[in-house]
Amino acid sequence: MKYQSQAVAKPYFIAAIGLFIGQILFGLIMGLQYLWGDFLFPAIPFNVARMVHTNLLIVWLLFGFMGAAYYMIPEEAERELYSPKLAKLMFWVFLVAGALTVVSYLAVPYATLAKWSGNGLVATMGREFLEQPLYTKVGIVVVALVFLFNISMTLLAGRKTSISLVMILGLWGLAVFFLFSFYNPNNLVKDKYYWWWVVHLWVEGVWELILGAMLAFVLVKITGVDREVIEKWLYVIIAMTLITGIIGTGHHYFWIGTPAYWQWWGSIFSALEPIPFFMMTVFAFNMVNRRRREHPNKAATLWALGTGVMSFLGAGVWGFLHTLAPVNYYTHGSQITAAHGHMAFYGAYVMVVITMISYAMPLLRGREANSNRAQVLEMWSFWLMTIAMVFITLFLTAAGILQVWLQRISATPMSFMDTQDQLRLFYWLREFSGVIFAVGLVLYVISFFIKERKTANA
Amino acid sequence: MSGSFTKATARNIFYGGAAFFFLLFLALTFDSQQALPKRDNSQNLTPQVIRGKYLWETNDCIGCHTLLGEGAYFAPELGNVYKRRGPDFIKAWIKAQPTGTPGRRQMPNFHFNDQELDDLVQFFKYTNGINTNNWPPNIQG
Ligand code: HEM
Ligand code: HEM
Ligand SMILES: [Fe+2]
Repeated sequence: MKYQSQAVAKPYFIAAIGLFIGQILFGLIMGLQYLWGDFLFPAIPFNVARMVHTNLLIVWLLFGFMGAAYYMIPEEAERELYSPKLAKLMFWVFLVAGALTVVSYLAVPYATLAKWSGNGLVATMGREFLEQPLYTKVGIVVVALVFLFNISMTLLAGRKTSISLVMILGLWGLAVFFLFSFYNPNNLVKDKYYWWWVVHLWVEGVWELILGAMLAFVLVKITGVDREVIEKWLYVIIAMTLITGIIGTGHHYFWIGTPAYWQWWGSIFSALEPIPFFMMTVFAFNMVNRRRREHPNKAATLWALGTGVMSFLGAGVWGFLHTLAPVNYYTHGSQITAAHGHMAFYGAYVMVVITMISYAMPLLRGREANSNRAQVLEMWSFWLMTIAMVFITLFLTAAGILQVWLQRISATPMSFMDTQDQLRLFYWLREFSGVIFAVGLVLYVISFFIKERKTANA
Repeated sequence: MSGSFTKATARNIFYGGAAFFFLLFLALTFDSQQALPKRDNSQNLTPQVIRGKYLWETNDCIGCHTLLGEGAYFAPELGNVYKRRGPDFIKAWIKAQPTGTPGRRQMPNFHFNDQELDDLVQFFKYTNGINTNNWPPNIQG
């Protein structure tokens, strides 16, 4: 750590990991509800658990991105953060707002929450991933603006590297596209059309800039490869991201009332979206192979390589699997979608945030890298979580194929609920893999508390 | 990647490509908006349908169901439920929840009055009338 003010990143990372644990807990609850439909009913209906699961995911990734920015930007700009006080204040605002939102999901019926929170004035709630009450949405915007102000001022006054420019561009894009969550027309087709401007243009657009910048930053640090080389890669990758990904939004406009020509635009451009993810993999391996130094933080290197591979698998391969219109006609809104959603979110965004935490956290705690024992445990957690996620994806894909077959292709199509009964085996296997994932997460948390062995010091 | 292909070139491709394809996307969006009235059933967007959509949202139905294939995968597709089940069944079903059948997936009771049930049914009818390019493949959704 070169600048004192980078230390504000630490609470952000800790909060991210804390909320991650909550997310997985609710994932496991839902996995059980898939098997015992009345599990925890009516205390926690499935839709409530799902809201908690997905919103916690988004919020903790945002914590991770913000922490990453607070760590990266001063170091790149070569000056202290514009205002560490604001950063600390916004941390508490965001944490309290996030916690209150989750508690209100669990404590009050959603319709009551909508009434209390003024959804009647500006109706924004009740759409997937955007379930937050109005005041939370406004809170997200306020926190984002203050945060962006803080890091932009830092950057403006300091050295402007390509990595920090791309990071800030991605973060501004994140905030700008979130504004579409306030647009909820009565016309369902338009509602859905612009809903994707948040969801798709986030994960397959501006978030990839953030992903690329974070990965590039860590690779510069751990490999010592010339910054010029790394930044050139970064630009090529994100160029491909936006060239393919913006029009690629069309892969969500096949069956929601939009004109049929989107089947061509969406299929062709989104079929090219795996390219930047593949380049990310090649990039990570290439830089590590060409390293000019042996960084003692082996765990961070592993997470960086893992991000390259798993984002390509989850977003690139599993995305491609169902992105062509004739395939998507059958797989749309099935367990295949869930399979892809899990591996893509994990492989790209979860892993890049953990990469950054893995690299920065030891430095924030006053050492270049953790002890060997701590790193070994962290690497165990890497393999457990990653392999568990591969299996979750495989089992959901199997469930999805069977579902599509029985319910949508067969000459005597089964009803949705009858089909679900046929998929129980795979739902059991998914839940079992989920438990392994949770074990990996617990080991990950423990790895932060592993001290150097006494004998090693003596 | 070396030689004459410099970082500046890469950066220009990024800015140029992003700007070009974003503008193209805006143009396609504009064209889609023009084409929508023929497809989106907006002529049937009555106050009742709008109230139904509001109920759909404020009870987070999307947290279990899909609607035109988007949402959660825990409970059946409802974009075509109007055709699959018809208005009377839909109302009776919603009123009868939860079934309480042990081990079966449970849908909460939302305590809708008769007018609200009609609003929801009209919302489903409107949704069912959207031109989805023949999705879903069959009535089961
Ligand atoms: C890291 C990047 C990505 C993430 C985090 C991600 C995540 C998701 C999620 C969560 C959904 C479900 C949305 C919903 O609930 O309706 C989804 C849908 C979809 N994704 Fe991705 N995705 C990524 C990249 C990609 C890529 C690169 C492709 C194509 C090559 C792709 C193709 C699709 C398609 C076709 C659907 C619609 C599935 C359906 O019709 O049900 N995704 N994605
Ligand atoms: C213990 C592991 C996990 C289990 C058992 C689990 C279970 C589930 C379940 C049952 C759903 C709802 C599917 C439906 O709508 O029917 C879901 C949705 C989702 N989960 Fe998880 N989850 C787990 C871990 C994760 C992780 C690690 C991530 C992120 C990397 C994640 C991201 C998501 C997303 C993005 C959705 C929405 C998917 C979509 O809309 O297609 N989950 N999860
Ligand atoms: Fe997408």
